[in-house]
Amino acid sequence: MTQHRIWALSLVGLVVLAALPAFFGEHHMHIFIQILLFAYLTYCWNILGGFAGQLSFGHALFMAVGAYTSTLLLLNAGVSPWIGMLVGGVLSAALGLFIGYLSFRYGIKGTYFALVTLAFTEIGRIVALNTPAIGGALGLYIPIQTSDFWQLKFVEKSHYYYVALGFLLLVLAVTAWLERSPIGHRLVAIRENEDAAQALGVNLLRYKLFATALSAFLTALGGTLYAHYVTFIDPHTLLNMNMALEITIYSIVGGVGTLWGPLFGSIFLVPLAELVRAALGQSYAGVHLVVYGAVLIAVILFAPDGFMGLLRSLQWRREPAPDGVATQAKKDAA
Amino acid sequence: MTLDLIFQAIVTGLLLGGVYCLICVGLTLTFGVMRIINFAHGEFLMIAMYGAYFFSQFFHTEAYTSVIVDLPGLFILGGAVFHFLIRPILGAEPLNQMLLLVGLSLVLQNGALALFSADTRSVQSAIAYSKIELGEVIVGIPRLIAFSVSLIITLALYWLLRSTELGRRIRAAASDRETAALMGINVNRVNLIAFGIGVGCLGIAGPVMMPIFYVVPNIGTFFILIAFVVVVLGGIGNFMGAMVASFVVAIAESLGALFMPGSTAPVLPFLLFILVLLFKPEGLFGTRSA
Amino acid sequence: MSLLTVKGLTKSFGGLRAVANLDFDVPRGSIVGLIGPNGAGKTTTFSLISGFQQPTAGEVTFKGERIIGLSPDAICLRGLTRTFQIMQSFPKLTALQNVMIGAYARHNSSAAARRHALDVMSRLGMAARADELARNLTLADLKRLEIAKALATEPELLLLDEVVSGLTPTEVEELVALIRKIRADGTTLVMIEHVMQAVMTLSDSIIVLHHGEKIFEGVPHAAARDSRVVEAYLGEEMMIA
Repeated sequence: MTQHRIWALSLVGLVVLAALPAFFGEHHMHIFIQILLFAYLTYCWNILGGFAGQLSFGHALFMAVGAYTSTLLLLNAGVSPWIGMLVGGVLSAALGLFIGYLSFRYGIKGTYFALVTLAFTEIGRIVALNTPAIGGALGLYIPIQTSDFWQLKFVEKSHYYYVALGFLLLVLAVTAWLERSPIGHRLVAIRENEDAAQALGVNLLRYKLFATALSAFLTALGGTLYAHYVTFIDPHTLLNMNMALEITIYSIVGGVGTLWGPLFGSIFLVPLAELVRAALGQSYAGVHLVVYGAVLIAVILFAPDGFMGLLRSLQWRREPAPDGVATQAKKDAA
Repeated sequence: MTLDLIFQAIVTGLLLGGVYCLICVGLTLTFGVMRIINFAHGEFLMIAMYGAYFFSQFFHTEAYTSVIVDLPGLFILGGAVFHFLIRPILGAEPLNQMLLLVGLSLVLQNGALALFSADTRSVQSAIAYSKIELGEVIVGIPRLIAFSVSLIITLALYWLLRSTELGRRIRAAASDRETAALMGINVNRVNLIAFGIGVGCLGIAGPVMMPIFYVVPNIGTFFILIAFVVVVLGGIGNFMGAMVASFVVAIAESLGALFMPGSTAPVLPFLLFILVLLFKPEGLFGTRSA
Repeated sequence: MSLLTVKGLTKSFGGLRAVANLDFDVPRGSIVGLIGPNGAGKTTTFSLISGFQQPTAGEVTFKGERIIGLSPDAICLRGLTRTFQIMQSFPKLTALQNVMIGAYARHNSSAAARRHALDVMSRLGMAARADELARNLTLADLKRLEIAKALATEPELLLLDEVVSGLTPTEVEELVALIRKIRADGTTLVMIEHVMQAVMTLSDSIIVLHHGEKIFEGVPHAAARDSRVVEAYLGEEMMIA
């Protein structure tokens, strides 16, 4: 797969994606939006979990910060969610830096870091449940009467679709940049071997915090989009463990730390969830997670590098992640 | 805030601590096998509790009798999970191992949701309201039974690990797999048994807990988080530490419910968890080199 | 002029002293060999100097600056880089990407880092392996990779930890020539080695550690004849060439 072919395919893919709403109705739009939204969220997670290798179960918390911030700003002060999401993003990044600093400064990593993030998410859930000012257990509703771009309210689903698509392209661009940049390389080095990275001059704390803040910021933006699409948020849906785990699964199944892995993960799993829900009836939220869980188990047992790893081992691609470096090197050497 | 209320809280916490003990030493045993915390441990407890529920409903008996099914059932379940899912990945990255258990937890929890719905289930017990009164302090009989049984089993396990040949082998395999193998120990078999016992503990905890708690599919989440806190607090891999920490956490929870606003008391164990990981990651009692 | 000065360096674990009151100088441009039986404290010394462990007592001065307490990455950026005895590569990256991480210490763009990394790899005769995943490399190549990564950081002082052990005699000879080239190019070296053939021919001076203490410092051929050194190695499978 040469660089040119990848670009060409991507362009075709983009055109197809942009034209999609013309051919599908509201129900299918809902599924596509979910694919895009969860793909976006998992790409954000992938920055910390995949590139930097720090498995986090706290991204539901970052998502919630974004969702609640923009919603509260809109409901109480009429602030446009486009601004609200940036505020939420900054708050989320600050929270991420806090959690990250506490953890990384004190040498918490690996499974313990994952547990710490889980603990923070639980604390967040309990606090949110007990704070009536932000809706408490009842949650918050966003009323929609008419479409309003500045209020991120659309009557037609296709508009949400394009916004979600835009977000996805944004995070894809960030991911592609990470793949090629020195910062991204250093993050991967940290993931692969912290001691070796340190010995070569990489400051672990600085880069881990960078990845955490970036990941948290972007995740919060996704939280805002989620809130204004679903128009109802509450601690139970946003801050339960299932949401926290779900975001990570798309990346893991698709292939952590890669450019296309999270997308493949979402494209495969989200429709699968819809199928399961349709087959078993809508009554039990979370039933699709049985399937997700089973897929996760299968992936860990048989294909720990995810879908992208499988592709690579079939030798479709000779260049391993990060992309592009080796072919470039060949050109330089020639 | 009378002294009596505080005493009551302490007593309730103490009784609950006994049950946490049993749950957490089971977790400690599985940690010795896998070197990571079993994320799905809570779901095994949930299965044990549903097992107790359905058994008592079907045979119209007290939940306690379901032990005859729950104990062997959970032991076998633990063994099967170990053999088919965990043994293949024992050499893999710890994060991957954890993810596998996350997957298992998702399957079990949501499978229960699909099968049993989200309705809470609880058992009727002839002694549900029996109690002993010590002055102003009330000790519920079911809680007392749960406490006593849990403590007895925990101590029996302690004796098993300390004084029997099997226990020695389990500890050796947990301490250093390779050396244990070199010493002629069948590490796979020992790990299988240890894991089975660790999960089997829940086969006793479930039945004694049913008269006190209700069961829902996601009750595992609640207990696993508590169990994490206990195990880290007591020093990961430290059997005695887990025992002591169980009581610390349970009493802290209980007292917290008295003093903290609204229903924010559940925050307490998690705060404790984070604090311990930051400042004393070996736990309050330090780790064995195991 | 002394590039590195170690004074009174001590590391205790409980009652055990891994390194005891170690003093030595490394003159700029020299190659110093650090030898001793297993468990003598050699790698611990490297870890202490490079910031991976903190000493219980003592001082380390590099280019006139005290570096105890600095993080390993800060020390690397000041010009002191170490390699690891148990090879620490980035397994899922290619050899080139591995070396580029080192290059990033001095170059801020991927293009510049890539060029520099390729240059280093060519000097080490590894350019052909650029696109191979680190986890697929042979032992000899991994040893070279370890050196390449460290060299890419353009160190003034390079700490090599047993880079020659486990290699065939031919491979050893090649690596010895390489190390000479590295010194000729301006890098000062301290080498931990068990392969006497290599360390005796390369080193300007030898320091022998035993139970964490320095029991000898001087020229190589004198080390081979020193009675304390010979005694320390009795029972070890070492050939003092």
